[in-house]
Amino acid sequence: MSVFRFDPVDLPPECEALRREVRGFIADELGAGLWRPNSDFGSHRSAAFSRRLGARGWIGMTWPRRYGGGERSFLERYVVTEELLAAGAPVGSHWIADRQSGPLLLRFGTDEQRDEFLPGITRGEIFFSIGMSEPDSGSDLASIRTRAAKVDGGYEVTGAKVWTSYAHESHFAITLVRTGPAGDDRHRGLTQLILDLKAPGVTIRPIDNLAGEHDFNEIVLDQVFIPEHRRVGAEGDGWAQVTSELAFERSGPERFLSAHQVFRGLVARVGAEPDPQLAEALGRLGANLWTLRRMSLSVAGMLQAGETPNLEAALVKELGTTFERDLPELARLVMPGARQGDRDEFERALAEAVLHAPSWTIRGGTREILRGIIARGLGLR
Amino acid sequence: MADTILYDSAMRLFADHATREVLAEAEDGLWPGALWQTVEEAGYLDVLVDGQANMVEAVTILRAAGHHAAPIPLPETMLARFLCAAAQLPAPDGVLTIAPVESGDVLIVGGGAVSGSAGHIPWGLESAAIAIVAERDVALTSSGAFSWDAGDNLAHEPRDHLSAAGARCEARMLPDGIDGALVLRLGALLRAAQMAGAIEAALAISTQYANERVQFGRPIGKFQAIQQQMAVLAEHTAASLVAVENAARAVVEARPSAAFACAAAKIRAGEAAGKVAEIAHQMHGAIGFTQEYRLHYVTRRLWSWRDEFGNEAYWARELGRQIATAGGDGLWPLITAP
Repeated sequence: MSVFRFDPVDLPPECEALRREVRGFIADELGAGLWRPNSDFGSHRSAAFSRRLGARGWIGMTWPRRYGGGERSFLERYVVTEELLAAGAPVGSHWIADRQSGPLLLRFGTDEQRDEFLPGITRGEIFFSIGMSEPDSGSDLASIRTRAAKVDGGYEVTGAKVWTSYAHESHFAITLVRTGPAGDDRHRGLTQLILDLKAPGVTIRPIDNLAGEHDFNEIVLDQVFIPEHRRVGAEGDGWAQVTSELAFERSGPERFLSAHQVFRGLVARVGAEPDPQLAEALGRLGANLWTLRRMSLSVAGMLQAGETPNLEAALVKELGTTFERDLPELARLVMPGARQGDRDEFERALAEAVLHAPSWTIRGGTREILRGIIARGLGLR
Repeated sequence: MADTILYDSAMRLFADHATREVLAEAEDGLWPGALWQTVEEAGYLDVLVDGQANMVEAVTILRAAGHHAAPIPLPETMLARFLCAAAQLPAPDGVLTIAPVESGDVLIVGGGAVSGSAGHIPWGLESAAIAIVAERDVALTSSGAFSWDAGDNLAHEPRDHLSAAGARCEARMLPDGIDGALVLRLGALLRAAQMAGAIEAALAISTQYANERVQFGRPIGKFQAIQQQMAVLAEHTAASLVAVENAARAVVEARPSAAFACAAAKIRAGEAAGKVAEIAHQMHGAIGFTQEYRLHYVTRRLWSWRDEFGNEAYWARELGRQIATAGGDGLWPLITAP
């Protein structure tokens, strides 16, 4: 038998009803000219949009009602997510809170933390960032040096975090810090704290990306006090908590839809009767997109069943980000005279995709790290 | 795979009966009678006689058959029996095949006779009878009724070219929904299932080799350069399996997306085949390039099978035209169609 498992998933009828509802919502939004489609979840956001989504009950959909959630299935969440991404809706503001921070608090947080943060997240009013990477710790996350020293009533935190998307607009960041010695396996002594990004001692500096946009930040922490009740889980459990979220982080449709507007624009520009070469290009893209979506849905099915399919998630992300990175390269070659520019939606999408593509195979685990995880899953080390 | 009991027993059957010796003898032209008899007794050849509802079972059996490179016309006989059952023609015992199997070939059936030519018919000369599909008709003909030009594929599986000038046949009308286009599509899915199995075998053989072969003082699987390539091999393995399994489900449930799914499965398996064979051979170094080592039994099949029942380019053009017709706004609904 295979070392991995991707059982086919059939979406139940309520999912298709929900899909129609989401498509109607999107059509209204587009009709009102509220945003321009851009499928890269990491570079497109609107706090107002997040609030409208929250009002629909489409943030924190799977969470308990007592925290503002909808108690719906992962598959229903999947449908909403993929429809928003395919349409290129500006999901960035609430994305991390919905996908990662909320589920983390549900799993490891205290009742007090859940009451404090989750309802606001579901309303699209509280946004989270992730404070993991540091200037000297990228893929080698266990080497982080930001220290949290125990003080009366909490922790005093000193260090620096980088590549923190939207830290200048978010309210909080789940921050991984060192609270004790690393131990033999290097993974001990790490703890997750909820950092208030407006707290005294927090300095947020922009790091503009190569497209000239301000998404990333450096966060410098100078003796920042974080109260005890803002610790997530037990002291020293940080590594286990971080790795437990990977299947959620890596298997979703955001891992193969970042360049979807290029595909959509290409189809529109090609017209109804493509020549054989163009038809073949569309068909190959379509076959790969269809397959990736079926793989991703299988992982969603396993998450719904309470499993932790980390190997399968790594496979989806590696294959998916390769697809979304190759897509603009294919599109520019098959479409005669195509330029990355601003003459129409296709050219704009192409320009954005070419400029953003380098980040897709880095964020959320680099290609090389993911391939290492897959190799280990095969039993190779 | 949903049907693990069937998969496990098929894997055992083919491991026991599609042995190295059987594969080597088959390439020398010896018919693997014992293997065939076992497969027949297991009921595998009749898996589609009740129609497309058992497509998941068919794909499961073929995945196991492809894994062990079983040198017999399994999809072809399954499809011939499917067509006979659909048209209420009595299917003869023994080896059956179908024609045409190439995307461009056309045979004409009319007035109780078959005319035209068709290439690369699997086991054409060895077959007891050939199910000829011509648009809405199926005709059952003995192989002796045609002129043949013997040929084979890269794995020395017989692929014979037939020509017919008014060969007599018994023709029947196929029921609604079954025609030449459907047969080519189902053939593509069944071949893709064999490919997925062969790809899994290439992954398994390569993983084992990477863990056993020692260079520079350690198993080569410890080197990152090897691990990175093995991961890519695994990605293509997963993608082809997922495409085939989901397409089979779409066929079983007669979903509107079934045609799209079958084409996608053959495209994805075809794309994977070349890359998987390349990486698996690179992993092995010179030993993998020898007749002695077993890897070639699956890689030579992969190189041939990707061209049979329509290659990636053929099906991609089909899908591409469907996508172009849907247009920019119709793209996503097409991808997500139940």
